[in-house]
Amino acid sequence: MKRSNKRPSRKAKRSALKPSRYEIRLAGSGGQGIITAARILAEAISAGGEKYVCQTQSYGPEARGGASKAEIVVSYEPIDYPKAMNPDLLLAMNQTSCDSYFSDLKPYGLLIVDSTLVRQIPISRAVALPFTDIAREKIGKELVANMVALGAVVRLSQVVAPGIAEEVIAQKVPKAFVEMNIKAFNAGIEAASQVDIDALPASAFSSEEEEL
Amino acid sequence: MDKKSGTRGFVQGNEAIAEAAIMAGCRFFAGYPITPASEIAEILSVRLPEVDGTFIQMEDEIASMGAIIGSSLAGVKSMTATSGPGFSLMQENLGFACIAEVPCVVVNVMRGGPSTGLPTNPAQGDVMQARWGTHGDHPIIVLAVSTVQDCYEITIEAFNLSEKYRVPVILLSDECVSHTRETVWVPEPKSVKVIERITPSMPPEWYIPFADNARGVPPMAAFGDGYRYHVTGLIHDVRGFPTQRPDEIEAFMRRLFRKITLGLSEIQKTISFMMEDARVAVIAYGSVARSARRAVLQARERKVKAGLLQLITLFPFPRPAVEEVLRQCRTVLVPEMNMGQISREVKRVNQTKCTVKKYNRIDGQLITPEEILRELMKL
Repeated sequence: MKRSNKRPSRKAKRSALKPSRYEIRLAGSGGQGIITAARILAEAISAGGEKYVCQTQSYGPEARGGASKAEIVVSYEPIDYPKAMNPDLLLAMNQTSCDSYFSDLKPYGLLIVDSTLVRQIPISRAVALPFTDIAREKIGKELVANMVALGAVVRLSQVVAPGIAEEVIAQKVPKAFVEMNIKAFNAGIEAASQVDIDALPASAFSSEEEEL
Repeated sequence: MDKKSGTRGFVQGNEAIAEAAIMAGCRFFAGYPITPASEIAEILSVRLPEVDGTFIQMEDEIASMGAIIGSSLAGVKSMTATSGPGFSLMQENLGFACIAEVPCVVVNVMRGGPSTGLPTNPAQGDVMQARWGTHGDHPIIVLAVSTVQDCYEITIEAFNLSEKYRVPVILLSDECVSHTRETVWVPEPKSVKVIERITPSMPPEWYIPFADNARGVPPMAAFGDGYRYHVTGLIHDVRGFPTQRPDEIEAFMRRLFRKITLGLSEIQKTISFMMEDARVAVIAYGSVARSARRAVLQARERKVKAGLLQLITLFPFPRPAVEEVLRQCRTVLVPEMNMGQISREVKRVNQTKCTVKKYNRIDGQLITPEEILRELMKL
């Protein structure tokens, strides 16, 4: 049975208290700029309208290399529980985070992976773009892979206008690096523009599994 | 969090604590960086000089606590912020602030412990330490924040209570509240109610620094204002000098407790959510209260008459509000990110047939609404 793209499954309908709640999880390893990207995205969504936005983070004590995760909850109502329970969108910047979190996605949720670092994509409702390669080749610095990914997340989720996100990047990034980061952000938007989400399967999990 | 007066902002918990401290009149901060409280120091190191305040990074938390006591004695509202390991180091001087009745605010952003523990994970293991960490019988006020919006209101409240009652106030946050960034209504600084400590109105030669009065809170002269008096960690007489006389010791100790007891109705703050007809209730505080709020709504969807009593004031333990819930409900659930510190207090005051259940999580993760709902449905 084919399901329409945005229609919640029966299970989701039963468990979701407020259907207005939209959850995003960004995950990768420490040093990839996961929390920076989440902070910019959350601030842009909050600045962009009447919605309530809540951003939390979870990271290890290491400066680099540990697991890093940031979550954003967007709602038209004040937010009670601040963390993501079943994300509508998951960005995985490495294989470990992809493996750990893909099963939390809502059935109609979207997985976005950095295909430079994620070799095995566990579900078919996924968008794979080589963020780290794009950052290295187009910008000349792998460091801004997070901004490339952010561009793709903004384009694919349409949760905020790219212009507002650019403004926030300009505020949050040290002056000397603003241009580079915005260039990376736009490279991400461009890469994601070539993706047709409607061509993806409507559900992340096969319909048989979902009926169970 | 409802729409309130003020401007819309997107703010981190620690940032809100720092900004609220400035709104409340804090002009001195001494501290030592520690995850997850560092942002408070970081922000105040920039913001305090802008408002003619002083920021000092001290050599450790022992000195930090000493520095804020000194500056408060000189008449400046003072604060420090730390996490578990630093809070342990502050205990000795915290006792000094208690006995010398020096107003100050100590923020403890709780992380997993004991010792270095889990620097980047939330916990609620320091609740009893906040109450009893320093030795000796002493009254103290402990408040807990649960959202970024709270961080504004309760930090201001912490300063107000501290100044009004001349008592240190511990503001308990946790990694989850402090590192969350969210949409808030930033209060207009002009609309904030700020309480200042009472200073002596008599000439210096008539000033008796620790003389009792109806409220039990003596006026406090700032060092350098011409009022000479002695400050000590020894039990002292009304003039501030050490005493061994049992009658003076007793009068002093009783006044310390009396001043808090007289203010209980103002100090003990709680928030009731869906409690009107509740038969089962959750008693929660800090970030867990957010999960509990959602769980209560989910339980209501399943036709369970659930409610939430959120504790803002942890100590002095808000006995009247908790007793009312215990009388009304057949079962009460106390979820905490420790092995049961407030649940013990709830059980202590329970004189009814109400069953008190605890739910504990100690793996460095925030308790989820699903867990609380599952426990509620079992009750």
